[in-house]
Order: sequence, then C-alpha cells, then structure tokens
Amino acid sequence: MKIAFSTNGNTLESLLDTRFGRCSRFLILDTETNHYEILENTQNLNAVQGAGIQSAQTVLETGAQALITGHCGPKAFKVLHAAGIAIYLADNRPIDELAKTFAAGKLAELTDADVEGHW
Amino acid sequence: MQIAIASGKGGTGKTSLAVSLFLANRDRSRLLDCDVEEPNCHLFLATRFVSRTSVEKRIPLLNPDLCKHCGKCVEACQFNALAEAGKAGILVFEELCHSCGGCTFVCPTGALHETPLKMGAITRALVAGKAELITGALAIGHTETPSLIRAVKKTRPDPEVAFTLIDAPPGTACAFAAAVEHTDFVLLVAEETPFGLHDLKLAIKALQKMEIPFAVVLNRMRPGFSSVLEFCKEKNYPLWLQIPESRAIAETYARGGTLLDAMPELEESLRLLLDQCAEAILCNPRN
Ligand code: SF4
Ligand code: SF4
Repeated sequence: MKIAFSTNGNTLESLLDTRFGRCSRFLILDTETNHYEILENTQNLNAVQGAGIQSAQTVLETGAQALITGHCGPKAFKVLHAAGIAIYLADNRPIDELAKTFAAGKLAELTDADVEGHW
Repeated sequence: MQIAIASGKGGTGKTSLAVSLFLANRDRSRLLDCDVEEPNCHLFLATRFVSRTSVEKRIPLLNPDLCKHCGKCVEACQFNALAEAGKAGILVFEELCHSCGGCTFVCPTGALHETPLKMGAITRALVAGKAELITGALAIGHTETPSLIRAVKKTRPDPEVAFTLIDAPPGTACAFAAAVEHTDFVLLVAEETPFGLHDLKLAIKALQKMEIPFAVVLNRMRPGFSSVLEFCKEKNYPLWLQIPESRAIAETYARGGTLLDAMPELEESLRLLLDQCAEAILCNPRN
C-alpha cells in the first residue's frame, strides 16, 4: 500500500511536517517494497487560498491510499474523504518511525477535519 | 464626496465616531456600514426599515451525468475552488469561488452551468426622518467581504445628499482596502496606547500607498499619554479632533448610546470636522 507523508525533508529519516496544505513536499512510501518517491508541493506555499485543496489533489494523483500529516482542514478533508483516502494524524517525528507506528495500527484515523483551515 | 471612517484595529471607538458624525450631519450625509462581517451601526441608531436586497454571486453547478472527469475546470480555476476527488468527481467549494466563469467556459461537455448563490444582503433604513443608513451583512459562513463591501458602496445616494460616510472594517487587510478604495478622504480613528500608535502607523502606510488623503481623530485621550499626539506632530499629519477618555462616554456606549449622546457639545465639532474634510477634498490637486 502507498502512504503519503507531509514533510520538509527528502529521506525516511526526515521529520513529518505537521502542516498539510503548506508543507514543502510529500514523501510517498510503498510499504510493500519500502521504496519511496518525493513530490514537491511548492506551488501551494504561495496559493492565496485553497492550498489544502490543491495538496489533497496532489496526494490523490500519487495513488496513495493513506495520508499521514499533522493537521487537516475542512476543505482538504472533504476532497480526501470523497476520494476514499484515509487520513491519520501524527506529531513531527521521523517518517520511518511513523511508518512503523502506522503498521502497528497505532495511529488514529481522522474522521472529521481537525482545524478550521489556513494550515 | 465619500469619506471613510477607519482604524488600524477594532475597539478604537470608530463606529461610535462614524455614527455620531452621521447624526451631527444627518441633514447632508448618509452612512454606509461596510463592516459587513459584523455590522453594528444600526445598534446605535433608531432606524425605520425600508428595504432589503440580497447580493448574489454566480457559482458553477455540476451535472454529474454530463461530466467526463477531464479535469479542465479544475485546471482553469485560479482560486482552487474546484477539486477532482477521484471517483467522487468534481467538488465545488462555493465559498472560494470568485464567479469568474472560467470553469463553465472551458467545460467541453456543458456539465457546468452558472447559478446564483446568496452571499449577503444590503439593508436600507432611515434615521431621524430621511437620513439613510445602508448596511451590508454577509450571509452566515460566507467570506466574500470585499465583494459585498463594493456592492454596498455602489448603492446610489440621493443627489441632494453631499456626503457618503463609510464605516470601514477594522484592520488594514483586504476588507479595509475595499472600504477605503476610491474614497475621497479617510478619517483614521486612533487611541492613545502603544498598540494604538502601532496600528495607526500601519493604517497610514496603507493609505499612503493607495494615495488617499487622511486626517487623524484621537480617541480616549488620557493625561500623561501622548505618543499618538507627538507622532502626528513630528510627521506633520493632520490631527483634527481629540476626544478625552471619559467615564460618561464608556457608560453611554455600554447602554447603546453614542459619543454624541454622552457629549452633546461635540455636535458643533463634528459638523466642523466634516467641513474640514470637504475643504481638504476640494483643495486636493488630484480632484
Ligand atoms: S467560476 Fe471561476 S472561481 Fe468559480 S469555480 Fe469556476 S473557475 Fe473557479
Ligand atoms: S470540465 Fe466539465 S467535463 Fe471536465 S471535469 Fe470539469 S465538469 Fe467534468
């Protein structure tokens, strides 16, 4: 399965960026092969509005089935939820560590937006 | 002549001044409440309701049966108001839509068509016989503040009414800019506190950039505090009215009264204040 992480780094040791809409990139991890790819999210840092919506679309296009990030606003949530992508919230810990926590089923799934936007 | 009453932050007594200025000059002015997220001028005035019109914007409505999921509309939207959510299809975030019509134009299958959505209302009421109060109020959950402010400012005055006073929203962001743009003059209400001075400076900077002439009204003057006073003197900014801090004003305000109720003697100064604005506007070489 493919999992998307919001991050500012380039490796599995990088920390999670808890901002979803305005993180600088996504790391997409394939849990079967342990391969990963990096996807820039830079255009979003400058979007006047709807950054979360665009980020959600970026994640969607990667084919990820789950997203691990710090916060998720209502609009991004709506897009991801409609597309059937599960969202899990976590702290800014290293991605490899979070992947293990996720595999152990210890991350809570988000069932409603947890912030009011502007993340 | 359009004169905005603004302040760099809330709570400086801006509305109270706007309402009092309006009342003192009710024979020759009308008041537009452009603080559309929280209009409150009417709370201080005895008004008689005249009419209400809704303000709409046009948003795209999707017919899912015709949609081919090509994504052209999403690409066309500069405001991120559309999203393609996989199998769920196109989602429209109406609150982000700026009614540009781009998506409907590019859609190859005619799956989108424009439909009106109410974003707010403009209410017309009369004060003391025939003075007009126009209030803009955003519908719940809507954030199209600048568009609604512009709609309120487009309402036409009676040609005999010389002055349109505008109660601008607090702050110096886009709502403030929409309220003061194209006005002839701005009265900046400041209060005598360190933050008051900071916010005044921000507001002045914004007005200078927009090339709108202004004067300062100093509210809640307290003995021993003079930072705003000294700042205006140093920069040679016009300071046209000074209102002392007083218990009577605060108590009257708490009861829903205005500055003018607490200090009826201000009426003359408030008429002069408007004359001064008019003079400055007429002397402005740009006009
Ligand atoms: S009308 Fe313009 S702003 Fe509104 S959704 Fe369509 S493209 Fe976006
Ligand atoms: S442009 Fe028209 S057909 Fe294409 S995705 Fe948008 S609504 Fe559907």
